[in-house]
Amino acid sequence: MAGARHFAATTHKEDIVEDQLLTTVDWARAQFALTAMYHWIFVPLTLGLSFLIAFFESIYVKTGNEEWKKLTKFWMTLFGINFAIGVATGIILEFQFGTNWSNYSWMVGDIFGAPLAIEGIFAFFIEATFFAVMFFGWHRVSKGFHLFSTWMVAIGSNLSAVWILVANGWMQFPIGMNFNPDTARFEMQNFWEVALSPVAVHKFTHTTSSAFLLAALFVVGISALFLLQERHQKMAKRSMVVAAVFGFIASIFVAFTGDEAAFSVAQRQPMKLAAMEGLYVGQEKAPIIAMGIINSSKKPGDDLPAFYQEVKIPGLLSLLANRDPNSFVPGINDLVFGNAERNIIGAEQRMVTGKIALAELARYKYAKDTGDDGESAAALAIFDQHKGDLGYGYLNNPAEAAPPVATTFYSFHIMVVLGTLFPVIFLLVLYFAYKGTLEYQRWLNLACFFSIFLGYVAQQAGWVVAEVGRQPWAIQGLLPVGMASTNIAASNVQTTFFMFLTLFTALLIAEIRIIMKQIKIGPEA
Amino acid sequence: MIGNLDHSILQQLWWLITSVVGSLFLFLTFVQGGQTLIFTTASTEEEKSLIINTMGRKWELTFTTLVLFGGALFAAFPLFYATSFGGAYWVWMLILFTFIVQAVSYEFRKKPDNVLGARTYEIFMCINGSVGLILIGAAVGTFFTGSRFSLNLYNSVTWATPYHGLEAALNPFNLALGLFLMFLARILGAMYIVNHVDHENLVKRARKATWINLLWALPFLLTVLIGFVTMDGFAVDPATGVVSMEKGKYLTNLLEMPVVLLLLLGGLGSVIYGVAATGFLGKNSGIWFGGIGTVLVGLAIFSLAGYNNTAFYPSITDLQSSLTIYNASSSKYTLTVMSYVALAVPFVLAYVAYVWKLMNAKKLDIAELTGEDANEMY
Ligand code: HEM
Repeated sequence: MAGARHFAATTHKEDIVEDQLLTTVDWARAQFALTAMYHWIFVPLTLGLSFLIAFFESIYVKTGNEEWKKLTKFWMTLFGINFAIGVATGIILEFQFGTNWSNYSWMVGDIFGAPLAIEGIFAFFIEATFFAVMFFGWHRVSKGFHLFSTWMVAIGSNLSAVWILVANGWMQFPIGMNFNPDTARFEMQNFWEVALSPVAVHKFTHTTSSAFLLAALFVVGISALFLLQERHQKMAKRSMVVAAVFGFIASIFVAFTGDEAAFSVAQRQPMKLAAMEGLYVGQEKAPIIAMGIINSSKKPGDDLPAFYQEVKIPGLLSLLANRDPNSFVPGINDLVFGNAERNIIGAEQRMVTGKIALAELARYKYAKDTGDDGESAAALAIFDQHKGDLGYGYLNNPAEAAPPVATTFYSFHIMVVLGTLFPVIFLLVLYFAYKGTLEYQRWLNLACFFSIFLGYVAQQAGWVVAEVGRQPWAIQGLLPVGMASTNIAASNVQTTFFMFLTLFTALLIAEIRIIMKQIKIGPEA
Repeated sequence: MIGNLDHSILQQLWWLITSVVGSLFLFLTFVQGGQTLIFTTASTEEEKSLIINTMGRKWELTFTTLVLFGGALFAAFPLFYATSFGGAYWVWMLILFTFIVQAVSYEFRKKPDNVLGARTYEIFMCINGSVGLILIGAAVGTFFTGSRFSLNLYNSVTWATPYHGLEAALNPFNLALGLFLMFLARILGAMYIVNHVDHENLVKRARKATWINLLWALPFLLTVLIGFVTMDGFAVDPATGVVSMEKGKYLTNLLEMPVVLLLLLGGLGSVIYGVAATGFLGKNSGIWFGGIGTVLVGLAIFSLAGYNNTAFYPSITDLQSSLTIYNASSSKYTLTVMSYVALAVPFVLAYVAYVWKLMNAKKLDIAELTGEDANEMY
């Protein structure tokens, strides 16, 4: 990203060696990936388990059967342990925007800050307030109010997902804003466009439904373990049935919203879609790769094959992307180098426009600073014509506009394959529960237990698709990650990276051991 | 409606709103204060458990308020967020670390197989209540003493020291503010214990702890107050936005904004009355005087820093890089949207208060810790 900082060419900013800058960005990215991935181990379970607990407690309140209360409390204990570490890893994400990505925070804070604040006001307080009732209110509030509180925790946690996903959706598809050259930042023009962005909607529906799915796998899997160990069988079977119904419905929803997400990506982030399928040369009747091994030496524009081996399903990608099996889907090469025939402007051409925008912005700022009104007006006029491709001006090479293909491809495929496996598992559980022979299905119970881990794999893979697939952009087309970080020596960010790595790993180990112990103790305690 | 307000009115309004959130946070640091009392005021495991469980029912409220404070600053004053967090990197990172370890400590401390052992989690709590608060105080102190940064034409921050904010903790004024906040939190924590715990010995010691910690707090409070009336401040020319040093700026602010002076004195008086009521008059309601007093003092501090043509995040390296509530704020549009959102705050406060009342109707005692729900206790 040499030259990226020419953005600040005319300023009195301290010079920082280019190399060092790159590593600062690298460490900041590593740190964000680390903290986000750790956070995402805990959050989906919170989102889904809170609802399952609300179901369990509702059944208890309705039937008055103390066994359901015991069952509710057992899952609540696991929920509480998981919740705490979710909170611990979450706070750092919010403040990391400021510490590691301060240029980003300034440049888009006018838009990005609002959802974070709204999340605090509308969601976090619900969670924080009712969480205490849920755990310590059994004898302090009425049964009805306790149940209400449990539901509020579920609703509150899922509401907090809304706003952070609105923020993330905006980064993937920036709308409702304008660049203000005087403040050198993007400013919000239309809140509703930001809040109701179609990307935010599919992010929310896919994320929450996949979180429900994960929590269902968790409950089914641990209950299956009880069945394998021949302990707490009644409670385990009860939990399994409720969770499998929830999980099955969630899986259908996940597939449906996933398909919607892919359609939306095709429309708004075609480069991501091309990377998800390793498609270099755009084509009509584009195939989905059912299975494939990516050729890791392949670069945009070369003649190497994209895959060593692949199994294709013709037309399916076109169908997914455009709802028409015969339609054209652009490939990475088209998006990097352009395709005049298809009217696609490539990154190469956008870079030219973007560099003009940056140069005119610098000229404008300088003229403003020196009070040259004529010059600043002229610069602004040219800037306005070219600002749409502002972000491309920071790139040095058009191929930088393509994300890491192998990572994106494999993550996408792992997620989808697992997404087709999970509903089958839930159906089998329901089938054998109906037959009354669930406890004798050793292989199924083993599969259920291992599916917990597969659920986590699918979750992480999903975010890898969404975030690696949008590289190099912090804000699609407008701000590459390389420009978004703080001006700070890399050693600082490197140190905090290792501090987080150590701390979070220690806490994760503690959490897993505590949860395992609680499972061992079981609901009887 | 709100859209018709001037941008500058909205900026002032948002400084007030963030100040209220920040001040409520200061009140809620009774949780942090309580966490340090487990080492000084509890004499048995039982008493320790009582303190931890009392605080444990409120810790998330404090935590959430801090998160909201961060979110509100980001949304309303993004340049502050970018400059301070990106620049005073290490102060904020360390503060965050103390809150990360706090967040798991309640839940993990008593659970079997918790790897690090109960003692470690107690130390985590204590670090949060001491180091965490001292650093927060030091960070707020820089509102008055200034920081070493400069901004370029694109508002990108460069910090002038390799310590990235840690140098702030060495400034006597900042340090005094930090220590004052820590002892204030301990006073509040002790008052809350008196208010909510049913245990004769512990309550007796907590009563004593209120005035002992007040004595500890006094020298630091005096340092801060003397600082306010004597130090030079960062004045902004409202017409040109030019920042300059002004003799006795904060004293001038106090005199020109008598309401702020009243908030400060009234707040301190209320805290002191709370201590007297708890420590000497045998009352249980001290926490409310202490709490309200803390909020008032917080409001006074934030008002001194931000209003009356003052730069609230001044730079001593490059005066003109200093942040004011006008140059650091979001656009008018965003502040308007956020103001509509803020209309929800009273509802939030209402349900928080309602649930607080329900949950605190009965005091916490040993029987509850060992009773039917013992498994859920911290
Ligand atoms: C069944 C087929 C599935 C399809 C077609 C699908 C599709 C997608 C797509 C296209 C994205 C990227 C969206 C974007 O970048 O904007 C995505 C993201 C994601 N997926 Fe899936 N997915 C499926 C199954 C799953 C499963 C089983 C899970 C987890 C249990 C999951 C979890 C996620 C998560 C957490 C994200 C990141 C958040 C987001 O971008 O929405 N997905 N998925």
